[in-house]
Amino acid sequence: MPEATPTDPDAGDGDDGVQIDLISGERMENLTSMEKIRTVLDAVHEGNIVILEEGLAPDEESKLIEVTMSEISPDGFNGIEIETYPKAQTADTSFLGRLMGKEETKKLTVIGPANQIQTLHKDENLISALVSRR
Amino acid sequence: MGLLNGLKDSVTRVTERLFSASEPKRIGIYGPPNAGKTTLANRIARDWTGDAIGPESHIPHETRRARRKENVDIERNGKTVSIDIVDTPGVTTKVDYKEFLEHDMEKDDAVRRSREATEGVAEAMHWLREDVEGVIYVLDSTEDPFTQVNTMLIGIIESQELPVLILANKIDCEDSNIQRISNAFPQHETIPLSALEGDNMDEVYDKIAEYFA
Ligand SMILES: Nc1nc2c(ncn2[C@@H]2O[C@H](COP(=O)(O)OP(=O)(O)O)[C@@H](O)[C@H]2O)c(=O)[nH]1
Ligand SMILES: [Mg+2]
Repeated sequence: MPEATPTDPDAGDGDDGVQIDLISGERMENLTSMEKIRTVLDAVHEGNIVILEEGLAPDEESKLIEVTMSEISPDGFNGIEIETYPKAQTADTSFLGRLMGKEETKKLTVIGPANQIQTLHKDENLISALVSRR
Repeated sequence: MGLLNGLKDSVTRVTERLFSASEPKRIGIYGPPNAGKTTLANRIARDWTGDAIGPESHIPHETRRARRKENVDIERNGKTVSIDIVDTPGVTTKVDYKEFLEHDMEKDDAVRRSREATEGVAEAMHWLREDVEGVIYVLDSTEDPFTQVNTMLIGIIESQELPVLILANKIDCEDSNIQRISNAFPQHETIPLSALEGDNMDEVYDKIAEYFA
């Protein structure tokens, strides 16, 4: 059975729309750090806005910045905009949870191509993005 | 350089290391572009070694390669704390060469500069994961500290369990707001300073000695 991928070229004709990929925590769960970063950056390269239900671990965020930098090119890709929301800290603040860094990774994260996002604004409980078509 | 020379150098280094009281800690100076990282690095280097690290500039990404000043010995209360200072390019998630064009630069120059900037940021991120033993995080206290890059970087530093000092720089400016920075990162101590004027450097050195000894 063919599985839909976030960057599926058939998913939209891409000419006049903006594609938004909502990626569940479950889908990301079993990927390696590099696979997660590729999933995000491949979608962003296509001009998509990616919303991660559970965000990335700090270490993965650090690698995301590093890989993003290596893919920037003049008149092409010029980087990403990213905003996150920490999920309420009440759910998993057990000692073990903290030890395993669980709570920190669960944060809603919005990532998009810098050249298409005019403003990515965050206040206490709302992230708002103004996205331009390509 | 000949192989023998290189070998001799590294032997000298190893013996130096063996006989020094403690190995210098590698302290990375991180923070957004234009916060005053290089100005601070130069001041620390000048105060304790007599020479500077690199050029300061109002043009973002003047520091595109991390620069290192080794064996900076800071004396506090009769003790010496030895650190290697690494001045890094400002961390960002995007670089557009067109922004450099606004600073009267030719396209070729701007493209080269932005490529160097991206390499420098990638390298600085890599070092943060692999190489650095403590962090001085510099913020411009006239600017809003609640940015995604700051939150993300502090999160990365915390997850590496590195000791971190947060510096609220540019307190000589009228619109400086130190409280806003301590509110943004209440889990850390915020030390105010002016790297340019040299204000409150005594406290900065006290804290460096306390955190990175
Ligand atoms: N008023 C004021 N300006 C500063 C201070 N520290 C740095 N600057 C200025 O801010 C600009 C950026 O400084 P620089 O050290 O190159 O920043 P970096 O990008 O973080 O390395 C330069 O024009 C500096 O002169 C300070 O304490 N007060
Ligand atoms: Mg600099």
